Amino acid sequence: MSVMPAVSGVSGVPGATGVPGVSGTSAGLPGASGVSGASAGLPGASGVSGTSGASGDAGDVGDMPAPLAARARLFPALVAVYRAQLSRARVARIPLLFVATFQSVGIMILMRGVVDGGSEARSVVAGSSVLVVAFVALNLLAQYFGQLRASGGLDHYATLPVPPSAVVLGAAAAYASFTVPGTAVTAVMGSVLFQLPMTNLWILLAVIPLSGAALAGLGAALGLLAPRQELATLCGQLGMSAALLLGVLPAARMPQVVSYARDLLPSTYGVEALARSFDGQPDWWVVCADLGVCAGVAVVSLAAATWAYRRAAVR
Amino acid sequence: MVCTVRGLVKTYPAARGRRGAPATPAVRASDGIDLDVVRGEVFGLLGPNGAGKSTLVRQLTGLLRPDEGQVRVLGHDLVRHPERAARLLGYLGQDSTALDELTVALAAETTARLRGLETRAARAERDAVIEELGLGEVAGRPLRKLSGGQRRLACVAAALVGERPLLVLDEPTSGMDPVARRAVWAAVDRRRAERGVTVVLVTHNVIEAETVLDRVAVLDRGRVIACDTPAGLKALVADEVRLELVWRTEPPLEVPEVAALWKSAEAARAVGGASGRRWTLRLPPDDARAAIATVTGGPAFAALDDFTLATPSLEDVYIALGGRAEGAEGLVKA
Repeated sequence: MSVMPAVSGVSGVPGATGVPGVSGTSAGLPGASGVSGASAGLPGASGVSGTSGASGDAGDVGDMPAPLAARARLFPALVAVYRAQLSRARVARIPLLFVATFQSVGIMILMRGVVDGGSEARSVVAGSSVLVVAFVALNLLAQYFGQLRASGGLDHYATLPVPPSAVVLGAAAAYASFTVPGTAVTAVMGSVLFQLPMTNLWILLAVIPLSGAALAGLGAALGLLAPRQELATLCGQLGMSAALLLGVLPAARMPQVVSYARDLLPSTYGVEALARSFDGQPDWWVVCADLGVCAGVAVVSLAAATWAYRRAAVR
Repeated sequence: MVCTVRGLVKTYPAARGRRGAPATPAVRASDGIDLDVVRGEVFGLLGPNGAGKSTLVRQLTGLLRPDEGQVRVLGHDLVRHPERAARLLGYLGQDSTALDELTVALAAETTARLRGLETRAARAERDAVIEELGLGEVAGRPLRKLSGGQRRLACVAAALVGERPLLVLDEPTSGMDPVARRAVWAAVDRRRAERGVTVVLVTHNVIEAETVLDRVAVLDRGRVIACDTPAGLKALVADEVRLELVWRTEPPLEVPEVAALWKSAEAARAVGGASGRRWTLRLPPDDARAAIATVTGGPAFAALDDFTLATPSLEDVYIALGGRAEGAEGLVKA
């Protein structure tokens, strides 16, 4: 009726209990007896606090500190982070890049029914193009750092001898790079849609990195400073919405208060620079001044992001 | 001495209750911890979830600043200079978010670069560690597309690149199959044999602790309640054996001997766990012999499905130490 119950796990001390029927199979704790042998031979392995220093390496019992391994230098570390981040695009970012571009192109098509040429068309195209930068560099980077911080992923970087600025700049540069195809496609399609001259579109070569750096710095700082991951996401979304509303809608029709807010948003200066370049005879000094503001904001926001990273990494 | 910890205290402040999140009281996650880790040993931190293991290693690695106490690693004061930790030790945390979207090869190479290696050296280390851990087949795949165990193995690869005299590994083998586990321990052993690398290891797997650790500190509620070799710790409970009984359905408590066994075990607080049909009893050998005679003969035998008799494991040590909470200190100091 019943099967004889199996006996297992008696290892190391066969017959310690002398129970009849114990067959002494040692399946339960493989290697358990080997451990006691190995550890018995370990020097200085006794005592609760283990202060049997005699067995330790006499050289480092004293206060002779061991040599520190080399630090990773800023530029190579930055390149390594950049390369790693860029490779993530293949896995995760490509769908989002499409989203960013479709969104901007969609907005331009919508606005085509409302706006007919002139300065308004220029600001719609410029705003939509820079919106791609805001979506990726500000919104997605804020989300990325927020997630990294919340999950403890920052520990990985914090326990590597890498300058904080290399991590922040590398990630920011990668996210700014992600925006290049979408921004270029949007600007070209917008120029076609609204029949704007494309001769000065090369200015994107300055607009994308500078507004990208400014917005990525802002996004990184928001993501690293937000006390919770959801807040980082929310801040990123709000920042992008602001860039959408304040960048795409023609400034002339805005109420006074809103136009102040527009002046505070770093993406505005990228939009202005790009919009001005659609003029037949652009005022290059004003374009340079706009880009200068972008560059200034980029320096400040990236410095803030580096500070925020330091703060987040060691708690 | 590679790592010395003295009087380490870390308290997480109380959190105010929010909507949906109840208030939590302040937690003393490290409560006066003293440790000494000797060069070349595999030193384990064993304890249940919430015992303060990860908090302790985060202080050892400079990620968390202790409220009080001293942490010295290889002669450097890490409380005063937490940034030096990155140049002294390799750390494997519990989370892989930072590497999840990289391929295994790129994760190892990037980590090596960020540990200060030149490109060529980083690539050589990458290839060596991928070979060593048997990750060749998945080297080109992103971590998050891998199974949990393989992903963990890739993180171990990233932790091992770039020579460091101390490795701090937080549950390195969780989720791994036996082949991967063996690869990890072989890699650790090789570094120890060739370069005298020291390993501080967090685990809550007692079987693993018994097989790989030279010494183990048992943590409970932020304190070290015992610290010795696994064999030394098991000697603390050498006077007991563990008897596990599995009943077919209900325990036959109507059999007087079984009822008596249950009562005496309960009285001695020797019952580890008794969830209906599965009993775990920790008994002196003579009592265990008598108990087995009882359950394998007579009417109780019909109700018995299986039984196991084993010498104490570290789990029994842990329960013995924690179970006699107040007596534990006296026991350890003795």
